[in-house]
Amino acid sequence: MQQFPCPFCGLRDEREFHFSGEAGNIRPDTTQPVSDADWRDYLYTHENPKGVSREIWVHTTCQEYFMMERDTVTMAVIGTQQMRRDTA
Amino acid sequence: MTGCRVEQGGLIDRTRALSFSFDGMTYQGFEGDTIASALLAAGVRIFGRSFKYHRPRGLWGAWFDDPNAIVNIRLGGIDYPNCQAATTCLTEGMQVRAVNAWPDACRDVKGVLDLAHRFLPAGFYYKMFMWPDWHLFEPTIRKMAGFGILSPDVQDGFQSAILHDHCDTLVIGGGVAGLTAARAAAEAGRSVLLVDDHPAPGGSLYCNQHGNDSQLWVKAQIAAIRTAGGRILCNTTAVGVYDHQFVSVATDRGMGHAPIVRKLRPARIILATGAIDRPVTFANNDRPGVMSLGAATEFLGRYGVLAGQEIVVLSNRPETYTAIEDLRAAGAAVTRFDPTSAATAIGGRVVKAIRLDGRTYACDTILTSAGLTPLIHLWRHAGGKLEWDNGRQTFVPADGPDWMRVVGAANGTFSQEVAMTEARHAALDQPAPTRGVYHLPPSLADPTASGRQWIDLQHDVTLKDVALAHRENMVSVEHLKRYTTLGMAGDQGKTSNISGLSAMAHLKGETIPETGTTTFRPPFVPIPLEAYRGARRDRQMAPLKRLTLEPEHRALDAALGEYGGWLRPAWYGGDGERAAVERECRMAREAAAIMDASALGAIEVIGPDARTFVNFIYYNTMSNLKSGRIRYGFMLTEAGLVFDDGVLACINDNRFVISCSSSHADAVMAHLEHWRQDRFDPMRVHIHDITQNWSTVTIAGPKAKAIVAGLGVLDSLDDFPHMSLRLCTFEGAPARVARVSFTGDTSFEVSVQNISASALWNKAVAIGAPLGAGPVGAEALTVLRAEKGYILAGKDTDGETMPHDLGFAAPRLRKTAAFVGDRSLHSDTANRADRKSLVGLTVGPLEDPLPIGAHVVETSGSDGGVKSIGYITSSYHSPTLGQPVALALVSGGAEAMGKRVDIWHMGQTRFAAIASPCAFDPEGARIDA
Repeated sequence: MQQFPCPFCGLRDEREFHFSGEAGNIRPDTTQPVSDADWRDYLYTHENPKGVSREIWVHTTCQEYFMMERDTVTMAVIGTQQMRRDTA
Repeated sequence: MTGCRVEQGGLIDRTRALSFSFDGMTYQGFEGDTIASALLAAGVRIFGRSFKYHRPRGLWGAWFDDPNAIVNIRLGGIDYPNCQAATTCLTEGMQVRAVNAWPDACRDVKGVLDLAHRFLPAGFYYKMFMWPDWHLFEPTIRKMAGFGILSPDVQDGFQSAILHDHCDTLVIGGGVAGLTAARAAAEAGRSVLLVDDHPAPGGSLYCNQHGNDSQLWVKAQIAAIRTAGGRILCNTTAVGVYDHQFVSVATDRGMGHAPIVRKLRPARIILATGAIDRPVTFANNDRPGVMSLGAATEFLGRYGVLAGQEIVVLSNRPETYTAIEDLRAAGAAVTRFDPTSAATAIGGRVVKAIRLDGRTYACDTILTSAGLTPLIHLWRHAGGKLEWDNGRQTFVPADGPDWMRVVGAANGTFSQEVAMTEARHAALDQPAPTRGVYHLPPSLADPTASGRQWIDLQHDVTLKDVALAHRENMVSVEHLKRYTTLGMAGDQGKTSNISGLSAMAHLKGETIPETGTTTFRPPFVPIPLEAYRGARRDRQMAPLKRLTLEPEHRALDAALGEYGGWLRPAWYGGDGERAAVERECRMAREAAAIMDASALGAIEVIGPDARTFVNFIYYNTMSNLKSGRIRYGFMLTEAGLVFDDGVLACINDNRFVISCSSSHADAVMAHLEHWRQDRFDPMRVHIHDITQNWSTVTIAGPKAKAIVAGLGVLDSLDDFPHMSLRLCTFEGAPARVARVSFTGDTSFEVSVQNISASALWNKAVAIGAPLGAGPVGAEALTVLRAEKGYILAGKDTDGETMPHDLGFAAPRLRKTAAFVGDRSLHSDTANRADRKSLVGLTVGPLEDPLPIGAHVVETSGSDGGVKSIGYITSSYHSPTLGQPVALALVSGGAEAMGKRVDIWHMGQTRFAAIASPCAFDPEGARIDA
């Protein structure tokens, strides 16, 4: 059981989180023509790096999405960061 | 002569005799015995038959490292399969039977299989039974192999408590090193938990002639640990170390009780798990009477049992000499030989002698050790590395996580003195001392020697099998393991792995570290599956959602069933499903159905960006939905697949209500939340699941208007067209009335907050009764909607269904704004002409309904074979139409109206005609009747 630090709630067990996707996978603007290859890459082609990976996760108990950097080999969590823009 | 009990010594209570049986014979043991020690003391040599060849097998180990003595136990009328005799504490009245042997372990009739061993090498089954189909042979082969027989009876109360525990320092193993570490850490003020898998700590301390002194020392350590605030758990095995320092330890509570599992995340883990003997590989080294040197000393030290009278020891390890002294002191004649000499065990069923370099020596027991193998499984679970130690001829811990330290024999530190220093240092986070010099000459198996030399006793793997794997190029350790099944049995190669690796390394002309090791995975010892489940079962795993109106439904004699996680009325009245569903369907069409639709998911979308949000979420255009209006639509996944369907109501520009499938509400909520935070400004759009706050009573049918008029929620029902919404009040409380229909009839959904639900329901039922209307359950509703061809997402759709397969093609072609899944609707797959589309199927009025799941087939190719072109998703008898109705997904179905197709199910073929999904009131005249 891994533990992840939710930027809002602190350190919680892995079972409270869902993986959402790799960070930086931008949705193409579908009001403009999008090639099959670009759409395929957006949907299915992932880096799946061995080592440091930047990912989007959701803490299902508070429902907040956040960015997490972790090492897929050592399972070490390097850090998490909230995605909200400054709301002040 | 064989094993016997010695006069004194050990941890058994000689005043408390226990009687039990083994293969029908009655025996006596003492309190504190294991089944293995009691039988060994009684002179039993053959404990079972081997997995594949049915060879007689005796005890190799005295604890979990014994691969042979697997037994079935009957106790208190309950059968326990596959118990390890060496780790099962003796209980009065146990009926023990050897597994894989009939009529008993001594006279097993399948022992003749061993004569055919030449024809049963590794990989034999794969090669022999490939043609025509392995599955034809599998049941017989499975019956011939394998171990115990599982009782099909469910054992009540066999439930594991799974607890979360805490400590700073977890010490695993209660031998010299473990006790020393735990004491040092506890006395330094740390919160300490020591776990040991034996009934009493002490480890190998008991296995020497100073038994009494050792017991005193152990007692002193236990007292000191407890005084300093440390805790000790006996009968407790650390089964695995998982990610982020998570450890699971299981406490055995004896026969018939599921283990207690503790999960904890200590700051420091000290492994003091000890070491076990590695077998010497020689001909017939599986004969009963061949035992590990460590086991013999453990049987003597812990249980007061001498393994044999005339003992030959094949061992070079330095501790051998004290062991020999102990055995001699207990009365055995002991001779030691070099384990590197070519040996053969002699004896038909049990050891009678040993031949060494051409000379024969009579003996009843051969104790062997090719060296000690540290138990570093948990170190490997934690990601620790290993290095080969040539002096010790084994792998020892190298680099690893800084929160785990390995001490004592588990670290290759076989000297007690150094182990104690090492343990103290580890407990206080001080650097580890050096292990010290240890010199053990390698003992290599000779693959050219005659006779069968056994490597894995539990899975019957010999040195020849390893050689065969090598010849057939299965040289990687992972291939070797899977090809020969070496190390794949219940013991996971605890005794056999290093022997197997060293044999393969020898054959390849490599060193053992070059050959490598297989992966170590939890659990360390077999534990019941129950230990992983605990209380996470049945309703505790998936609690039912309950309706506010459940008491009202029960009062109306509702049959309640689970639908999408909710306990909902399936039908009402005591006349059985068939009659009730037929009655309710007729009532719905002739008068009105009154239904509890509260389980339907209801999610509010609120905020200035709500409109653009719903337009992006829905396949259908929602940007122009006016206040007070409702529109039907689909939600898609990004792959363009139908995720859910339902209606969207617009309360005003800033407020919408999504209704979704009952079972899907949580998933839809997660889907919305994902897009809200990924694409929108979360400060400008908010979503809120109100499913459980509101109750909805749906009134549908020709008399619906009359009933709703009587409820007093709206002054007038004029100017209230289909697909519109009104905010109003019910008896002074806020209410919402929506005109939407899932039955095809005039229909009103009246929603109130839960506090008003009962009053609303009772009033609707009271007004409806004189009009012939009444409550209708989920089963009848399913039929009513199928008559109209209305789908249930997930039932009438599958993982390939896109909205245009369901007849909703317009937004795909016309909607210009971006929406979830848009681009996927224009892929080559989405454009295929042979996509499965939703159709109805008709059969003769007197026929039975078509079976759900039956295939629509067509003849393909010249050989007359058939292929499936689709399948039936919904099928019922329609009381309204007086004939069966069915929905199906059929390739090219939408273009094949009226076509006669074959329906295949379980070898039977029927015929049906493809029709529109809507079988009832296709003009839609009733919706505004």
